[in-house]
Amino acid sequence: MAETSPDVRRAILQEPPGPKREVPAPVLDVAARERRELARPKVALRGVSMVFNPHGKAVRVLDDIDLDVDEGEFLCLLGPSGCGKSTLLNIVGGFLRPTSGDVRIDGEVVRGPDPRRIYVFQERGVFPWLTVTDNIGFGLGHLDRAERQRRIKHYIDLVGLQGFDTSYPHELSGGMKQRVEVARALAVNPDVLYLDEPFGALDSITRLTMRAELLRIWAAERKTIIFVTHDIEESIQLADRVVIMTARPAKMRRIVAIDVPRPRDLSSPRYIALRELVFDELGLAHRI
Amino acid sequence: MRYLPRFVLKISGVVTVIAIWGLVVQVTDSPIIPGPWAVARAIHELAVKGLLFKYAVASLFRVTWGYLLAVTIGVPLGLMLGWYKRIGRAFNPTVQVLRPISPLAWIPLAILWLGVGDGSAVLIIFLGSFFPMVMTGMNAVRNVTPTHINAGRNFGLSAWRFMWSVLFPAVTPQIIAGMRLTFGIAWLVVVAAEMIAVNSGLGFLIVDARNAGNRYDLIVAGMVLIGTIGLLLDVAMRRLERLESIRWGYSTSAIDGER
Repeated sequence: MAETSPDVRRAILQEPPGPKREVPAPVLDVAARERRELARPKVALRGVSMVFNPHGKAVRVLDDIDLDVDEGEFLCLLGPSGCGKSTLLNIVGGFLRPTSGDVRIDGEVVRGPDPRRIYVFQERGVFPWLTVTDNIGFGLGHLDRAERQRRIKHYIDLVGLQGFDTSYPHELSGGMKQRVEVARALAVNPDVLYLDEPFGALDSITRLTMRAELLRIWAAERKTIIFVTHDIEESIQLADRVVIMTARPAKMRRIVAIDVPRPRDLSSPRYIALRELVFDELGLAHRI
Repeated sequence: MRYLPRFVLKISGVVTVIAIWGLVVQVTDSPIIPGPWAVARAIHELAVKGLLFKYAVASLFRVTWGYLLAVTIGVPLGLMLGWYKRIGRAFNPTVQVLRPISPLAWIPLAILWLGVGDGSAVLIIFLGSFFPMVMTGMNAVRNVTPTHINAGRNFGLSAWRFMWSVLFPAVTPQIIAGMRLTFGIAWLVVVAAEMIAVNSGLGFLIVDARNAGNRYDLIVAGMVLIGTIGLLLDVAMRRLERLESIRWGYSTSAIDGER
């Protein structure tokens, strides 16, 4: 793919002409500011910091994170491995308490994991002692039998696992196990979904398929999704906005709005320009 | 030799060992160590007298009682100590101190409390099985994949429902593996306990055979019986273990050593 010339890039991004800025850009998110004026955000992080103390030495993992996520938005947290994005997602999900700051969902402070917000893990999230049906139905104990079966069937169809209802996870491939986990998460009809590098343990071909599936499901169900990844392409392919995080101690470096219309053309100039923007932001080379 | 059914291999192995045994006895012409034929005759003698059945049942009875008591008390206790970390930390030193004490060291106390008989034998077996089961419980909880725990917590289950639908299934394979190993220990202990504390059973047979006229053929017969019954019980437990593991896809080959 040919590299877009700096002039074209600037024109597309409407960057002011002139020498490239050396100072790190402030968090720039005009679109979100506008949205905020219209409605309260679904998920609001204020001053979230996390300090771990392994062996007595203080390690600052997250540094003063402020973030708003709107309802129905697909947000990606992008950063290098070990930068703390999974820690941040764990805090939002209620599995960890932040050292300072808080997370509010619909205005109420998050105090622990909640069935209204389901977390999809990278691997081993599915219970190996239950069949696909029982896994998906795990959070549906409060429903009557007929309704439960109906819902399970709906989600098995939605994630494309027809015919595997009585299979056990060890009989399934990695991609299929992740589908089970997504189905299980969706079956309880949560407000928010947290996905922590859910495709990280899969091969890259399966990953592409799973991304398309996830977008299809998201379009159908319109949940708020917060998705953690270290894969630049993945973030630009999936998200409405990408939050680029620095290495540890993680701060938000920049928020990039991905305004490529869906279904996203991965060869469109806009997509390529945005990818280059992210590359530049992360200080990565354009040639290998 | 490319493909031999495993069963044939095992049988031929056993036959070879017996043959070597017979040969060694023949060659050294020892008055003490009986050959395989003498032992076979002794087993037959026991069978005819009805002692074979009676003693085997007595040993099995004691081991079952002591073992099951240890499992029903030790496993929940171990799970609790593993789950509630503070309580676990508080009681762990006590467990670690009591654990290495051989159950046989408890024999004088057992006889003092319960007299010679089934009671003390069952107590000894209980003590020998209890600490391994507590350890099994504690380790099983510690080794549960944290992701399973977090996924379970995510669905907002009550504490009891959480234990029932997440914790217990997650620890079961390890518990079963621990139960199989502990049963082996229990079987070892019952024989030793019977040598001192009771008047029947396979352990008693060995001691009695020596006391009542140096019947070494009976002694070795007793050993063979103990070994065979122990093997059969272990195989039965492995079958049970394999049922669960196939269903859940857990690999037990590391524990088995063979597939």
